[in-house]
Amino acid sequence: MTKQTKEYIAFWIFRILSFIVLAILIWILYFIFVRGWHMLSWDFLTKMPEDGMTKGGIYPAIIGTLYLVAGSMLFAFPIGVLAGIYIHEYTNDSKFKRFMKLMTNNLAGIPSIVFGLFGMSLFVKTLNFGDSILAGSLTLGLLALPVVIRVTEEALIAVDDSFRHGSLALGASKLITIRKVVLPIAMPNILTGLILSIGRVSGETAPILFTVAAYFLPKLPTSIFDQVMALPYHLYVISTSGTKVQESRDMAYGTALVLVLFVLILNLLANALRRYLGNKVKMN
Amino acid sequence: MKRKFKQFTEKLIEGLLLISGSLTSITVLLIVIFLFKEGLGLFTTSPMENKNVIVVNKLNPVEHLTAGQIKKIFDQEITNWKDLGGKNDTILLFTINDLSNYFSEEEIGENFEYLPEKLNSIVDSIPNLLAVYTDKYLVKELKGKIVKVDKNNIPDFILGREWFPTAEPAVQLGVLPLILGTLLVSIFAILFALPIGIATSIYMAEVANERVRKILKPIIELLAGIPSVVYGFFGLIVIVPLIHDTFNLPVGETALAGSIVLAIMALPTIITVSEDAIRNTPRSMKEASLALGANRWQTIHRVVLPYSMSGITAAAILGIGRAIGETMAVLMVTGNAAVMPHSLLQPVRTIPATIAAELGEAPQGGVHYQALFALGCILFILTLLINIWVEYVSSKQKFKK
Repeated sequence: MTKQTKEYIAFWIFRILSFIVLAILIWILYFIFVRGWHMLSWDFLTKMPEDGMTKGGIYPAIIGTLYLVAGSMLFAFPIGVLAGIYIHEYTNDSKFKRFMKLMTNNLAGIPSIVFGLFGMSLFVKTLNFGDSILAGSLTLGLLALPVVIRVTEEALIAVDDSFRHGSLALGASKLITIRKVVLPIAMPNILTGLILSIGRVSGETAPILFTVAAYFLPKLPTSIFDQVMALPYHLYVISTSGTKVQESRDMAYGTALVLVLFVLILNLLANALRRYLGNKVKMN
Repeated sequence: MKRKFKQFTEKLIEGLLLISGSLTSITVLLIVIFLFKEGLGLFTTSPMENKNVIVVNKLNPVEHLTAGQIKKIFDQEITNWKDLGGKNDTILLFTINDLSNYFSEEEIGENFEYLPEKLNSIVDSIPNLLAVYTDKYLVKELKGKIVKVDKNNIPDFILGREWFPTAEPAVQLGVLPLILGTLLVSIFAILFALPIGIATSIYMAEVANERVRKILKPIIELLAGIPSVVYGFFGLIVIVPLIHDTFNLPVGETALAGSIVLAIMALPTIITVSEDAIRNTPRSMKEASLALGANRWQTIHRVVLPYSMSGITAAAILGIGRAIGETMAVLMVTGNAAVMPHSLLQPVRTIPATIAAELGEAPQGGVHYQALFALGCILFILTLLINIWVEYVSSKQKFKK
């Protein structure tokens, strides 16, 4: 066999295996879209579940997920960005920096169910928040924290040092350099990362199992100490442990579709934002 | 004055930055404290449920029993005191349910007021009796002898093969089936995902043109973004029936289903990390190879892959880490039978799935609750080891540069 034939064969194998990845995604999306599409209606999105969750809508689960996303991001976004700035801009000591990075990586590697255990033990029991939006949001926020930190760090690394030097040479302090020069340039990438981490948080189930998620609760929360339903937990419940698994199958398809659409829209938004803000910064 | 104020705010903000930066370390520390406080608490408690005690005749030489022995006695696998280090005599098991065989209702009294004395008397009169009842029926002058039950201990916990965390009278906390189940599902997931993942990353980094890459990149991002319950749901509706029909099994919820779903979920991690590693190959090395007359495949095969091997290894290990910790998808498709896994075509149960499925029913502070936290500790240690391994492997690549 000549080396050309070998190359030809090898590259075709790579091509085919890569398109298997594409095929898997299309398979999953096709399956969820085709079976869930007819469920999607205004009523499905805005009504309470009825008849043992076999009819009606998923309104409380959607609202619950939105609350949890908002709550966790209120916590993780500012702290994550500040931590990212600190790790990248302030720690000159390489040992300390490496330690912080290691801890961030470790936190990122901890399984989500362990976050669930921890959240329950600290927020629900020890701090006595009970099963509540507050406990769930904080747990999810801790889970999202390393993601936000990493995104911020990467965005800061991408900012060329000449910007920093230029600003410092003009007599600006370090803080002003970061605020007026570095952050505006890094912002598009940070925001993109933020949107992607919203996607991650909205689909997490294990951390909210024991900190906030309600099996069935056909009313909206009135305070941050209330339990809520959440989309991913709702999907889990109606597809496995509900009382009428077969009857609620259509509801499950609909819920899965809403979840996937949510993630899909966030991904598209992140890509669009990356392109739009990226261009804007370049023009400046 | 204004300058002072400015300096003060700068210091304040720097302090704020420091606190935020330390928060991840603090969180990791808190997770360790909370997890291990509850989890290690397990090893100071007795496996006996509901404050049950075991009482035998005073002349019986048996001093203590293990949880496993108690279960075997109740399952009638051990029927002779000889097997427990006692005399050669059959074991006569007595629980509160057998009460009516020994005493009439009048003898016990309407509110069980005479029960403690009666229990005391039968322990005294029957030499081969093993009585199990709650400690509130113990009397002050006990004529029998309380047999000590060995506390839960780490070797039995890790090497035990029986997981019955709510069994009466003694819980069985052996997590070996769960550990093996987790490893089985995760390792096969990586074996399925690795060829596809590495091929895709080579294709994206070295073979595909920019246009194809621009299509594949967001697809992989989306694959990473799909929530794990959706994968679980997909597995439950599509892959489980497929396995059920293909292999003609009684149930489709098997380790294989879990491995396939986890393989799909691990793909984005493997692809992204190994693609980065492949892209890190210095251009000069590739060009040197091409200049020597090697074609692109030879260059990939002989130069790029060896150079990026540690990065690819890191990708595989990270993939295993993800798979070990994945909860919901596995919970939904593996069938959750806590038995020693023998084949892929059998239901298994993983550590995360066990925690997710059982924590809701375990009363706080009980043996079961603590056991689930101890499982969390095992999971935490496993993922920590994997993280350290990844750090080690990827630091080797930097060194080579």
